[in-house]
Amino acid sequence: MKEYRTITEIAGPLLFVSDVSGVGYNEIVEIISPDGEKRKGQVLDVGHNIAVVQVFGPTTGISTQQTTVRFLGETMRLGLSTDMLGRVFTGLGEPRDKGPKIIPKEKVDITGLPINPYSRESPNEFIQTGVSTIDGTNTLVRGQKLPIFSGAGLPHNQLAVQIARQAKVLGTGEKFAVVFAAVGITHEEASFFMRDFEKTGALENAVLFLNLADDPSVERIITPRLALTTAEYLAYEQDMHVLTLITDMTNYCEALREISSARQEVPGRRGYPGYMYTDLSTIYERAGRVRGSKGSVTQIPVLTMPGDDKTHPIPDLTGYITEGQILLSRDIHRKNIYPPVDVLPSLSRLMNSGIGDGKTREDHKGVSDQIYAGYASGRDLRSLSAVVGEEALSATDRKFLRVADEFEKKFVQQGPYENRGIEETLGIAWDLLAILPDEELKRVKKEHMAKYLKRKEKPKKED
Amino acid sequence: MAKKGKIVRISGPVVEAELPDARLYDVVKVGDARLLGEIIKISGNISIIQVYEDTSGLQPGESAVSTGQPLSVELGPGLLQSIYDGIQRPLKVIEEKSGGFYIARGVEADPIDKKKKWEFKATVKKGDRVKIGDILGTVQETELIEHRILAAMEGRIEDIKSGKYTIEEDVGSISFEGKKYPIKLYQRWFVRKARPVIEKFPPNMPLVTGQRIVDTFFPIAKGGTACIPGPFGSGKTVTQQSLAKYSDTQIVVYIGCGERGNEMTEVLKEFPHLEDPNTGKPLMQRTVLIANTSNMPVAAREASIYTGVTIAEYFRDMGYDVALMADSTSRWAEAMREIGGRLEEMPGEEGYPAYLARRLAEFYERAGRVRCLGTKERYGSVSIIGAVSPPGGDLSEPVSQNTLRVTKVFLALDAPLAYRRHFPAINWLKSYTLYHDNLEEWFTENVSSDFLKQVKASMALLQKEAELQEVVQLVGPDALPEKEQAILLVTKMIREDFLQQNAFSDVDARCELDKQYQMLKTILKFSEKTNEALDLGVQLKKIQELAVIGKVGRMKEMPQLKDLEVLQKEIDNSFEGLTRG
Repeated sequence: MKEYRTITEIAGPLLFVSDVSGVGYNEIVEIISPDGEKRKGQVLDVGHNIAVVQVFGPTTGISTQQTTVRFLGETMRLGLSTDMLGRVFTGLGEPRDKGPKIIPKEKVDITGLPINPYSRESPNEFIQTGVSTIDGTNTLVRGQKLPIFSGAGLPHNQLAVQIARQAKVLGTGEKFAVVFAAVGITHEEASFFMRDFEKTGALENAVLFLNLADDPSVERIITPRLALTTAEYLAYEQDMHVLTLITDMTNYCEALREISSARQEVPGRRGYPGYMYTDLSTIYERAGRVRGSKGSVTQIPVLTMPGDDKTHPIPDLTGYITEGQILLSRDIHRKNIYPPVDVLPSLSRLMNSGIGDGKTREDHKGVSDQIYAGYASGRDLRSLSAVVGEEALSATDRKFLRVADEFEKKFVQQGPYENRGIEETLGIAWDLLAILPDEELKRVKKEHMAKYLKRKEKPKKED
Repeated sequence: MAKKGKIVRISGPVVEAELPDARLYDVVKVGDARLLGEIIKISGNISIIQVYEDTSGLQPGESAVSTGQPLSVELGPGLLQSIYDGIQRPLKVIEEKSGGFYIARGVEADPIDKKKKWEFKATVKKGDRVKIGDILGTVQETELIEHRILAAMEGRIEDIKSGKYTIEEDVGSISFEGKKYPIKLYQRWFVRKARPVIEKFPPNMPLVTGQRIVDTFFPIAKGGTACIPGPFGSGKTVTQQSLAKYSDTQIVVYIGCGERGNEMTEVLKEFPHLEDPNTGKPLMQRTVLIANTSNMPVAAREASIYTGVTIAEYFRDMGYDVALMADSTSRWAEAMREIGGRLEEMPGEEGYPAYLARRLAEFYERAGRVRCLGTKERYGSVSIIGAVSPPGGDLSEPVSQNTLRVTKVFLALDAPLAYRRHFPAINWLKSYTLYHDNLEEWFTENVSSDFLKQVKASMALLQKEAELQEVVQLVGPDALPEKEQAILLVTKMIREDFLQQNAFSDVDARCELDKQYQMLKTILKFSEKTNEALDLGVQLKKIQELAVIGKVGRMKEMPQLKDLEVLQKEIDNSFEGLTRG
């Protein structure tokens, strides 16, 4: 172990240590300030006998004269054990509850290595979340990464908790765990999650990492990686099915930008570093299933879109990596509809491999496409009817309008504790499709219509 | 040959080393872990190396050894059905050597199996004079593809023998200027340098993809270039994959450049089970996959595009038509930006390096229909189809703009269409092709003389629809005269019953050119009949109630061409019924 007292410069979270030798890139360091306080940091750049160290934690109190920097000779590792289940940790992996220290079964590098695409299994097992807008039209499957794109003030936390509570795979009793990473969220939000986990007994099977808003922002770079390292351990070593919730990725990206600007790097779009895509991918890509292991890592990152703007770099880059997104809409929220999921821009890329006969139900794809198209047409007609009045629309168009309204009221709308089965969700969709005449139902198969479409005796004449 | 030096600085994937006699773009083994890297800048005695693997734990003072060779690929039998990372390491071998599902660092893996024996049939004999590019013999690499062994140098064949060989064994020898050189089944080529050809020709044959909107409306030529930009969720990857599956080329090289791991897995799982539409053999037999996912090292992502295109050129040189799919070139550009940033280069637009435009143009210029090197006349082509992922779907960004300048077909993917589940979500008003003129003759000869006429008529209708829609938005459809309402009826058919294509349907996923032609013909016939009927005073309402409209809607799923002819008759009959009644 090497110790130096040669800090030459301190800039924000960065320390420049000179005259070092034998220091490795990404190595972990311990910084001991004059008052004896210990902090951790990581080597960001090393060369020409100078090491640039990024400090996890505030740099207040660190001086160039009397601060000791100790290079630990290893990269950031996390000690892992199944005893972590039911425990709460800080954003750096120290126990935050009053429990004892974890005695690790093994220590693992938290950056993780990329999974060989050849060794992956394609995700195809349906996860029932009990939320119609997800199960019915944006189905989640095991090993998928499906973020929630939200805005400030929208109930994304409720939705995330509801998914964590209700998620299950039909007809199996396999081991299930939740790993939760709070990244820069407030105490209030964190205690909402904690209370809910405790109340519903989910805490037993959960591992929580909390980096709160007043914790050092640099830690935020570490927290999601700790969570994912734990998730991978539980999934691939302990054969568990792990649901990883990370909230809020926007805070993560802000921290990334902060460090990048402290390092005086050339900024990319809106000041975020040019490597943000790659950096985010090393988080999101740590979801999946691999050959030779029963477990899986499913990721639901939550992010708040600054200014509800989907083209902002954070949601934009995320959307390019993740396998779809669940988008929450302020307009729908204003109508007092929970969960305020806007189905149209939402998407699950892996949906088709997780639905259908033997997984959900044979008619799932057709119904989903049809109700989706119907809702889209109805939404378009809304703006038209606002101009010309509903009376000026054709009878069919009015039916589409009704589909859009009823879709939001019956299909989207549900209670935060309402756990709908997939049959129920599809049933609601068919009820809505019954509003439309047969010839508009081009996307469902005829035999499915015969089997599932229940029309009332005679549709009432409406004009 | 190997020159040893030592590392002086590490910053992410960029490592500085003191390396004597370094040459730009030589490959270097970096550190004790022997990570693979490439020299991208030299200043004084310091070489700046981009490392293809994670550099965590690397220390100044560790060794750096130059191989004295620039980054190159091995080309020979065994390429097909392979799955490589960005620097041609087979992922399967990496799995074995890493002992698990993670990619361990510093793994060395032979690009093509050196133990496998191939049945080689010589096609030249002792005493023949050969030029570079001449076919020396063949190896039946897969059931679908005959691998032609090309002369890597000119000279006189001293001896050559058919038989079973590994790629490293000598199958004969060749003499040039008094010296003898061995002939092997493989050769190496530097990825950053295009393989030479005798001449490039303007493309005059379409790349038939089985996708209606592409083949009929915006055809790509064999040897041409196309770009598919679109925001996330608009179906870029599905479109790319459909093109890879159904295009009528002999060889497909698919580069997953900085994309999703699960998506690559899907390709890996699916391709071996898909059948080649022309032969019924597994598609994988004609495919080379390169998978450098987003979380794999960024420098290897930068190299993956070059690796892919070099392999494509090699098969072209054998006289094959090759389709190269690059998904996505934006991730490639970002890799350049990231490395440029680490080198502290002066950035151009949006932080991208100033040489972005040049690199993109160089890449697309490697496409083309060519006369291959060699004495005998032989033609091959590489068609490049690049996906672009513009941030926020905004095409004014540098990667899209620089790509549009060099590509000839533009397939504009559109988020609103995708939201409506209109797939492929290619916007027909924004997209374009510059190949119609080149291909007119081919279409006339092989499909029908009025093929392009139909396309133009349909485009005019769709254009008209866009104008009418603006009016409808203001006053509602009923305010339009019946003739214009009829246009809306027809364009709805074109959009829903022709342009939309279901990539997941057995019948519809691939649509033959003849069927495409007949389908459009059917719709235009309906349009024509409608106009005639309206002129005769038939009410539009009556036409809208025709049962035959529903049948047109199920046209996609009709497997036989004659079903369409029956349908056309039915249209005639229905209208006759109307005008008479």
